[in-house]
Amino acid sequence: MKPPALLMHVLVLVGLTLMSVLASATPPLAAERERVLVHMVRQDCGSCHGLTLAGGLGPALTPAALADKPVEGLVATVMDGRPGTPMPPFRGILSELEAHWIIHQLMHGFPADRGLALQGAER
Amino acid sequence: MSKENVRLSPPLLWGILLPVMVLLLSACSTAAPVLRGTGDLGVLIERADGRVKIVDTSARAVLAQVEGLGDLSHASVVFSRDARYAYVFGRDGGLSKVDLLTARIVRRVMQAGNAIGGAISQDGRIVVAQNYTPGGIKAFDAETLELVADVPASYGSDGQRSKVVGLADLPGNRFVYSLFDADEIRVTDLSDPAHPTTQRFPAGHQPYDALVTPDGRYYIAGLFGEDGLAMLDLWRPQQGVRKILAGYGKGDAPLPVYKMPHLRGWAIAGGRAYLPAIGRHEVLVVDTTSWQEVGRIAVKSQPVFVMARPDGREVWVNFAFPENGWVQVIDTLSQNVVDTLQPGRAILHMEFAPRGEVVWLSSRDDNRVFIYDTASHKPVHSFAAASPSGIFFTSRAARTGF
Repeated sequence: MKPPALLMHVLVLVGLTLMSVLASATPPLAAERERVLVHMVRQDCGSCHGLTLAGGLGPALTPAALADKPVEGLVATVMDGRPGTPMPPFRGILSELEAHWIIHQLMHGFPADRGLALQGAER
Repeated sequence: MSKENVRLSPPLLWGILLPVMVLLLSACSTAAPVLRGTGDLGVLIERADGRVKIVDTSARAVLAQVEGLGDLSHASVVFSRDARYAYVFGRDGGLSKVDLLTARIVRRVMQAGNAIGGAISQDGRIVVAQNYTPGGIKAFDAETLELVADVPASYGSDGQRSKVVGLADLPGNRFVYSLFDADEIRVTDLSDPAHPTTQRFPAGHQPYDALVTPDGRYYIAGLFGEDGLAMLDLWRPQQGVRKILAGYGKGDAPLPVYKMPHLRGWAIAGGRAYLPAIGRHEVLVVDTTSWQEVGRIAVKSQPVFVMARPDGREVWVNFAFPENGWVQVIDTLSQNVVDTLQPGRAILHMEFAPRGEVVWLSSRDDNRVFIYDTASHKPVHSFAAASPSGIFFTSRAARTGF
């Protein structure tokens, strides 16, 4: 049985979009969200991996340290953690897309932290 | 003899006078000492900038800043026993000796690739760093920061080295610490630094931090890899490590841990130890005579610091990412949470004034330090600081395990 042509078109379009998003070097995120993620990685991931990401209780996350690691495996580690080690899963905190973005940034030299936006007037 | 021979020509005269005047003037402006004690001083880590602020807890003011201390993520500080010098341990292995009175780095060494803190000996003569890379402890002369002993945390048959955590000073210039990768507790005697001796004890799976009780008798290591804590009676080490609070998770899978809890002697209050449960929203309470569990207190999220006010009447708790904007207060008589505060974003550390009338809280994401009155639980003061993390007051100088 042949599927309806319109459905095929939609499927191909969706498939291509997904592929291009996953394959694209920097999947698009809102600028404010990028800033939050950079801050989170530097500061909170940094409590185990070091502020400079040169390692601590957790291993180094520098471009050199990650160079020979497959991207999908790194994304899976971020999303699901590493059982038996202190690496926790970030599913629920990060989307798959955001994990991809973080891994890409880590592999190409992670941006500097600009802090979070100020909150409220009196702080 | 003519007078011309003894009179100095004006250029020469000025050549001597000017430098002398400049020297005297600069001495007046920078080094004229103001006499003061150091008992109410402290050090605040500005972790992202490699800088510390020297603070005055009586004036609630910043006195000075010291730059150039390297990577201060997870930096910690111990004080010389005269409370004049702060030894700052950086993540990048830097060990700096800072003079609190002149606000200068007087000595600095790069002693490891990746370090996690340190301790100072009972007699104040040896400063010891605990290192991740290369795994082990190193001892330095407290005066000169010259290396006096290097004790690798080697284990297994092929020369692996473990990350060291939970270092604490003990009476007799001994130091106790845990090996995260080797599941061990070790006690190294540095009373003769040229010939260190080390005792080894199996600890349980993945010790992540530890404390020694204020009397130096019990060492308790939190375990990441199992439900329970490892306890060693240092007065009777031959009895070996005993598990306490074994199975506190009742077999439930722990929650993801986004920040390891921190253990220190501050957890002891009124004959009880208040310990952060790992991977659970609980503070565990243990009787320090029987070492049996006497309660567990449900709290907002996963505790990181569980710190008794110096009088032991209250215990203040902060939390792991992403719930790190909260602080809760436990009443130690009723064993209940009596207050829930939201001082600022990302409260990383708390430090009580020596006798506990106020507590200083660092809010990393609001770039502020908040000072709370511990009677009213209300903020009484705050000041700006860049990504503040650890706060260390000189009253630690006189305490075992700090």
